[in-house]
Formats: sequence, C-alpha cells, structure tokens
Amino acid sequence: MLQIVRISSTLAAIALSASAFAADAVKIVSSLPRTGSANAQTTSMVNGIRMAIAEVGGKIGDTAISYEDWDDASPQRGNWDPAIEAQNADKAIADKAVVAYIGTYNSGAAKISMPKLNEAGIVMVSPANTAPNLTKPGFGEDNEPAVYRPSGKVNYFRVVPTDDVQGAVAADFAKEIGAKKVFVLNDREVYGKGVAGVFEKRAKELGLEIVGTDGIDAKASNYKSLVTKMKQAGADLVYFGGTTQTNAGQLAKDIVAGGLKAKLIVPDGCYEQAFIEAAGVKALENRCFITFGGVEAKSLTGKGKDFYENYKKTYSNEPEGYAVYGYESTKVVIAAMQRIHAAGGEITRANVLAEVAKTKDFEGALGTWSFDANGDTTNRTMSVNTVVKSETGGTFSQVKVVN
Amino acid sequence: MSETEVFMQQVIYGLSNGMIIALVALGYTMVYGIVELINFAHGDVFTLGGFLALTIVGALGAAAIIDPNALGESSSWLLLFGLVIGAGLFCGMLNVGIDRIVYKPLRRAPKLTQLVAAIGVSFIIVNIALFWGGAPMEVFGDGKAAAASKDFPELLEGSNLLGEESNVVLRLEDLAIFIITIPLMVGLTLFVKKTRLGRGMRATAQNPVAARLMGIDTDRVISATFLIGGFLGGAASVMWSVYNNTISFQMGFRAGMDAFTAAVLGGIGSLPGAMVGGVLIGLIRAMSDQYIETRWTNVVVFSVLILILVFRPSGLLGLKQREKV
Repeated sequence: MLQIVRISSTLAAIALSASAFAADAVKIVSSLPRTGSANAQTTSMVNGIRMAIAEVGGKIGDTAISYEDWDDASPQRGNWDPAIEAQNADKAIADKAVVAYIGTYNSGAAKISMPKLNEAGIVMVSPANTAPNLTKPGFGEDNEPAVYRPSGKVNYFRVVPTDDVQGAVAADFAKEIGAKKVFVLNDREVYGKGVAGVFEKRAKELGLEIVGTDGIDAKASNYKSLVTKMKQAGADLVYFGGTTQTNAGQLAKDIVAGGLKAKLIVPDGCYEQAFIEAAGVKALENRCFITFGGVEAKSLTGKGKDFYENYKKTYSNEPEGYAVYGYESTKVVIAAMQRIHAAGGEITRANVLAEVAKTKDFEGALGTWSFDANGDTTNRTMSVNTVVKSETGGTFSQVKVVN
Repeated sequence: MSETEVFMQQVIYGLSNGMIIALVALGYTMVYGIVELINFAHGDVFTLGGFLALTIVGALGAAAIIDPNALGESSSWLLLFGLVIGAGLFCGMLNVGIDRIVYKPLRRAPKLTQLVAAIGVSFIIVNIALFWGGAPMEVFGDGKAAAASKDFPELLEGSNLLGEESNVVLRLEDLAIFIITIPLMVGLTLFVKKTRLGRGMRATAQNPVAARLMGIDTDRVISATFLIGGFLGGAASVMWSVYNNTISFQMGFRAGMDAFTAAVLGGIGSLPGAMVGGVLIGLIRAMSDQYIETRWTNVVVFSVLILILVFRPSGLLGLKQREKV
C-alpha cells in the first residue's frame, strides 16, 4: 500500500468527498486490485470512475454521490486476494449508504462477492470481468451461474464482452496469421482457464492442431523448461490464458530466450502498460498479439472520443485500456439514478438495481448497447493489438477490429 | 529436437536454476546451523539485492541499457562481477543489521517469538521493495507502476554458444551462473574448514555454550554467519536477475521457498546438503516440467521432499555431516 501514484488520486477523493456531506448522500464504491502490478491499469479505471461522477457535479438532484476507492489486493499476493474481496463485499453490505458496487477486475474475485451482494440486493457492475461462466450457463460447472444468484435475481452486470467472444477471436486470428501447431497454456485461474478453454475449442473447430496444453505456476522464476517442451512439440503459436499478474511477461521473455520461434497470443488481462514493462518490448515486438474487448482508447468515436480527450486533459496522460470501462460502468449507474430522480423516486439499493437492469440502448462511450437478461452487454466489439517501440519504451498498437 | 537434446537442455536449465537456489539455500542453512532460526527474511533480503543491482545498472546510463552491445564484452563481465560483489556486500550488511536490531535482543526468547519476528521483518522488507520499485528511474518505468515486474536488461550477450542452428540452447548467462556460483561454494567450504573463524563457526554450531567457554566470541561468529549468508543471497539475486531478466518485489518469496525446501531436503544446517538440495530441486523442477506437466511441478517437488524426509528425517546429508555449519 505504499504507492506514490495513489496520493494524487486520494487528494482528488478528499476534494470530492468534502462536497459530499450533504443531507442524503449515497455512495458508490469500487473494489479493484490497487496493490500489485495491475495498479497502473486500476488507477486509470478509478480516474474514469471519478470522471463519470464529476460530470454530474457529484450529485443527482439534492442527493450527493460520494465515492470510495477500495483495494481487493494484498501485498503478499501482489494480486487480488479472496479474503479482502470478501471483506469489501461485507463492508459494502454493512454500509447502508452504498447503492452500487463497481468491480471486480478479476473474474475469480467476482465469484466471491457476487453471491454476497446478490443476497443484499446491491447492484454490481464490473468494468473488467470477462469469464463467461459468471453469467452464462453452459460454460462452467453445472451450478453456475445460479450459485452466484442465491436470491434468484440478476444483480451483476458487466460492460465488457465476455471471453466466449474473446477466445474465439483469438483463435480466428491465430489461423489468419498462419498458425498450424498451437500450444495452449493457462494460469489456472478462473479467467485464464476459461478463456484458454474457449480458444482451444475454437482452434480445434478451425482445424488447428493442439500440440499440447498445460497450466503454469504463476510464481515460478522462469519457464525455460516449459519452453523446451513446447519447442519439442513443434509449436508455432502459443496461447496463454492469463494476465500480467500471473507472469505473462516472464513467459514472453522465456519464449525468446529459449529459442522457440513461435507467436504468442494473450488475452485482455495483458492489455496494460505493466505487461510491456515486465516483458520488455524486445520480447513482444512482431511476435505477441493481445486481444481486447473493445477498441484502443484513441480510436474511440462519439462520446468515447470525448472521454478520451477529457481524460487526457484532466490527468495529462494516456488512459489504459480499461479506463473507459471504469467510466462506462459508473455512467450506467448514474444514468439509472438520474432516471429514478426524474421519475420522482428515491435513490435506494433496490431502485438502483431495478433501474440498472432496465438499461436499454444506452448511448455511452462504448457506443449504443443494452444489458441482456444475464446482465451481459450486447456490445461485441473486439480488437487485436500488438506492441511497437515508442520513445517511452513500448506501446500498444491496434492491428484489427472485429465486430 | 531429439530426446537426447531435450534431456540435455533440461539438464542445463535444471542446473542453472538449481545453482541459484543452492546459493540462497546456503543462507538459510548457515543461519539455522548457528542460531537455530529459520530466517524467513532471507528471501526478501535477496529481493533487495536484485533491486540494488537494477538501480546500479540504471544509474550507469540509459544508453548502455538500451543497447547491450554498447557495453563491450569484457566490461559487461566486469559489471556483472561488480554487481555480484556490490549486491552481496549490501545484502550481507543488511542481514547483519537485521540480526543486530531484531534477532539479537530476542536470542534468549522462545523460538516461536524469533520465528514471528523473522516473518515480520520479511513483511517490512517486501514493502521496502514495493516502495523501491516506484523509484523515478527509467529502469523502473519512471516509477509509474511500483509493483509491476521490472525488465532487467540483458547484461550478457544473448546468442546461443552452441551455434544458432543448434536445438540445444546454452547462453552466456547459463555459463555465468557456474562461473560465479562454483567458486563461491568452494570458497565457503574452504573458509569454514580451514580458517580460524570457520572453526569458531563449526564449534558454535555444535555447542554454543561450550564454544563460549572455550573463548570463542560467539557474537562475532553469529555476525559473520549473517554477513556470509547475506552475501551469498545478494550474489544469488544478481544471478537470478541476469538469468530471468525480470525482477519484482515478490521474487524473494518463491526463491526463498525453493531455497528453504532445498535446505531441508539436503539436511538443514549442512552446507553440502544445501548445495545438493538446491541443485536437486532445480533438476526435479526441469524434469517435471518436461516429463510430467508444469501444473504438477510443485506437487512433485514437495512429494519428493516428503518421501526423503520419511526415510531420512534429517535430510539427505543431515546425518553424515555432524557439524551443522
């Protein structure tokens, strides 16, 4: 928790919450991994959330909206921590002012807070979870997703397309760049295993040969032995379902060091500057592709373009890939609150939940979209990105957009 | 790749990783031998060694970092040796400092108190590393993401020594590990066997009270043990960073875990035991990655550990070697 980067954003929070001590205040909280290497990404997302609240002046009618930025990671893990995510959910339930829970970043973390918040009837909007089994039947265990909805009602929504789309886009792209023999790896987490599974299934359908699958140990010091095994298997493409936090950077490096001449495709959990920093541009340039559920921030159009420009003006840096999703998830909640207010209703947990569920043809930064019955976005835009050299080291560059 | 080539390659990787583990394991085993404390902070002291190395590399100039060829062949070796000695001394002094401030006042306290203190020190150091990662230097990504893994530049030229056509890859960094770790291990063994202070160490390990009665300054012996253990940890951290080209504030956790396992496997308190244990763990990991599956590697390592402890409760070399240092 010793992050200098956070001081500036905390100051902004103090300034924001100071104005928020009005008579009836409601609270939006976010639960994202703020400790660990996802920090740059989540800081950018929190900035997006703050922008969404600031745009309505921090209040709806006379009701002030305050915001709290909660951490669900621990320094020991350097990644999300189930114990802390559970605490956050309990804290939100206990605090009667909390009407909306923005989070989580990791799909595994969502599994912990979803049933808790569901029973309490608090709306949960995730800016980043992509594991399909959180909302769709047939992708995970038999009791999924019912197990996350003990009350029987849907309280969990997400503004990002799911991995059943993402994994398939990655497999299509693998075929497009001429891959024939594919080695599929995952990080043994909910998200990584899920997306790698979808990739594998689609790749088989496309007639690509799967020469091996394995789950890596995210804390291993290197993967040189595994790379040798992939080399022996004759892999010309490696798919890794995992994130920067589960050591994608080291894997990319060891593929080069071990002399495996294969391309690497990774999912959106690696679509952050920290991935480039960990792997080094040299290991990624011309050989690594990153899929992402949306388009790069600077290619956004309409309201998305306004977001991008305002973001750069306010924070004087480039937003990370998920900043706009942090913004959009909060905008959806605020729009629901505005509709309640316009109809003369009171902003309560139950009303906000009911109103968010009704979101239809929402005109946001990600285009015009709705929530379906499962709570998923109808938006299915995906992009494939690569990494190129820049003055500051390396940067993502969009290769193609799939709709 | 033929089966033989694959096997050769895994032996190279297993030995390289194993030698680093062995070097860290020596730090655990020496301290345990003398004061019977499992120094959980050792892995994190190791982490700081890596951060110091990257800081020095960064301070030496951005030009040389972006282009490893800008450093000549000999000067990059010189830099490597410099880093090993620098990080080694730094970690050694740090270890002595920790002992003086934290462990020494607790020397007569129950073992559990000392153990909890060691865990506490470990947490403190992890957070120092986290803070250090936010240093506003180019090599630390200008400090924007303190906790992110940092790219450690390739100090040694990365081409395959067996020729670019060869399936088996042997790089200078693999070689460097042997060039640096083997003399350190030989030196340590000679030091403990031949010098006066080394004899004092062996005596203290056998019986601290008797050693003191015989006029051995046990405080000095303990400080020396922490200094040497820390030095080896620091040297290992540089080798680890150069070999993996990545450092992170958590690198000491896994390295420490592996090394501690190696020390127990070889017989905690035994120097040759730690060396053998480290190399064995490196080899087991590589072979398990290749012939079983990576996802089972941790299970395999710990199964081997349990099996060995069932049949030899004091570890592989724990019995034969009477003296603990």
